[in-house]
Amino acid sequence: MIKRTIIPFGPQHPVLPEPIHLDLVLEDEIVVEAVPSIGFIHRGLEKLVEKKDFIDFVYVAERICGICSFIHGLTYCMAVEEIMKIKVPERAEYLRTIWSELSRLHSHLLWMGLMADSFGFESLFMHTWRMREKILDIIEDTTGGRVIFASAKVGGVRRDIDNAALKIIWTNLESYRKELKEITDVFIKDSSVQHRLAGVGVLKKEDAYELGAVGPTLRASGWARDTRKLGYAAYKNIDIEPVTETAGDSYARCVVRIKELFQSIDIIRQAVAKIPYGPVEIRVTGVPDGEYFARAEQPRGEVIYYAKANGTRFLQRLRVRTPTFANIPSLVKMLPGSSLADVPVLVLTIDPCISCAER
Amino acid sequence: MAKTVIKSLFKKPATVKYPFGPKILPKGARGSISIDIAKCIFCGMCQRKCPTAALIVNKEEKTWNIARLRCITCGYCVEICPKKCLQMNNQYTEPMLTRREDLYKNA
Amino acid sequence: MAETQKLINIEIKDLLEKVGEFHSSGYRLAQIGCSKTDALEINYSFDKDYSFVNLRIVISSIDIEIPSVSHIYWSAFLYENEISDLYGIKIKNMAIDYKGNFYRTTVKFPFNPPKDTQAAERGIAP
Repeated sequence: MIKRTIIPFGPQHPVLPEPIHLDLVLEDEIVVEAVPSIGFIHRGLEKLVEKKDFIDFVYVAERICGICSFIHGLTYCMAVEEIMKIKVPERAEYLRTIWSELSRLHSHLLWMGLMADSFGFESLFMHTWRMREKILDIIEDTTGGRVIFASAKVGGVRRDIDNAALKIIWTNLESYRKELKEITDVFIKDSSVQHRLAGVGVLKKEDAYELGAVGPTLRASGWARDTRKLGYAAYKNIDIEPVTETAGDSYARCVVRIKELFQSIDIIRQAVAKIPYGPVEIRVTGVPDGEYFARAEQPRGEVIYYAKANGTRFLQRLRVRTPTFANIPSLVKMLPGSSLADVPVLVLTIDPCISCAER
Repeated sequence: MAKTVIKSLFKKPATVKYPFGPKILPKGARGSISIDIAKCIFCGMCQRKCPTAALIVNKEEKTWNIARLRCITCGYCVEICPKKCLQMNNQYTEPMLTRREDLYKNA
Repeated sequence: MAETQKLINIEIKDLLEKVGEFHSSGYRLAQIGCSKTDALEINYSFDKDYSFVNLRIVISSIDIEIPSVSHIYWSAFLYENEISDLYGIKIKNMAIDYKGNFYRTTVKFPFNPPKDTQAAERGIAP
């Protein structure tokens, strides 16, 4: 009978961007079982909705997470607009799509840098984040802030991007694509990266669906599910094919995110080409009464916002189900069988955004 | 990867050598709020709209007070001001050691 | 842009049977959430091929026990621990039971406080 030891992983760890705790049961450096424990940055934001006006709450919803912040604000606005039956103008829908895809680019580049850092490839980490800075420059030019955009509002968007700026985005992204290919080729072809990622943490196709995985974690196991196909915002006018891989290991998840980067650049260029003229907001009067589930595709997966309103200026209930919360069971099932040195890499492949997971 | 590393040996650094070089922010960046106090009528609309309660407006004493560390530079007050005396600048406020509040008085 | 979302109200005794039906037809569990109006409503959301279905059970107080669905869908244990920590709902036979320690908050059941503290929060007379 091999002796078992319990090693705590987290909440502080150099590879984790946010605190999560796992109790790992080990037999001689192979992980046998893992028990997750979250709740270190629970801020109770869902309770705050009873005290903040429903129009002001967009600011709180944006600050649930720093990396996926625009899409949180967007989904909140979509939920309230659907309850109040407001139709957002076309130009606002296209602008929301452009900012969502810029958000996705920035998040995937951040993740790739952290991944390179987790197996010690510091120079690749720095080069990836240098590419990310160029996206942040575009975002700062158009919205005013690097990470928190403050652009979504109930009834449209707060700022417009004029045609000169759209043209600059179009031409810059074409040259950006070539530079990005140099860096992503290192992830795909370099032998030391493959050694750390290939075959590690396999999630089989049936398991991924059963455990409720979402986002790239699910798509890397062979399921072509992407919430953008629902057709919210301007996605109904843009053709999207979900990017899939079949292997289900960490290398496949990395390749899915890299292909999504190039897909996002294509989507932004399509949206810039098709954007119509028109107003960017619509006046909101009255108070919401009703309930609705709004779904959107964050960089990490599908986010569900449940809003319930009862005819006052404060919403009665807002429930946010973030994608990392749905991916934690898949993490717990991936860990048994791997060695202790692979645990940081595995925790990072589900792209944990713990401040989203416990709001 | 080797090609990228060797190329970057010969290029200038990708970062700005701040504070020895200038920090250039784009025109639309949301840095800090400033007020032209001569035009202000002290109606208090900005105080009502501020989501973080960072503004305190006093009509009798003719003062406009902003708590710098509560302001999230969202720009609601700039949009709502009827006299357009508030402005969003693209320079950030400097780091501070205490919770500073800036008081503007129309003497 | 609005997708049609179906809502089915059921009783507690039909819960396990209905959830088992969804499981065998290939639905995945999207979320389990709770909201508090006069009574407590618990929503189970399922999704298959982009169609969205909800089951809803209504319980009048936290003394009523609910069976856990985590033996059908294993990932439900996270959601059930969360609602039992935030609202005080008793759920039996969870696959992994944190026994109230999932979110360690100073106030027990912060989203479902007893009636007199709620009035004091709002600043009105109880």
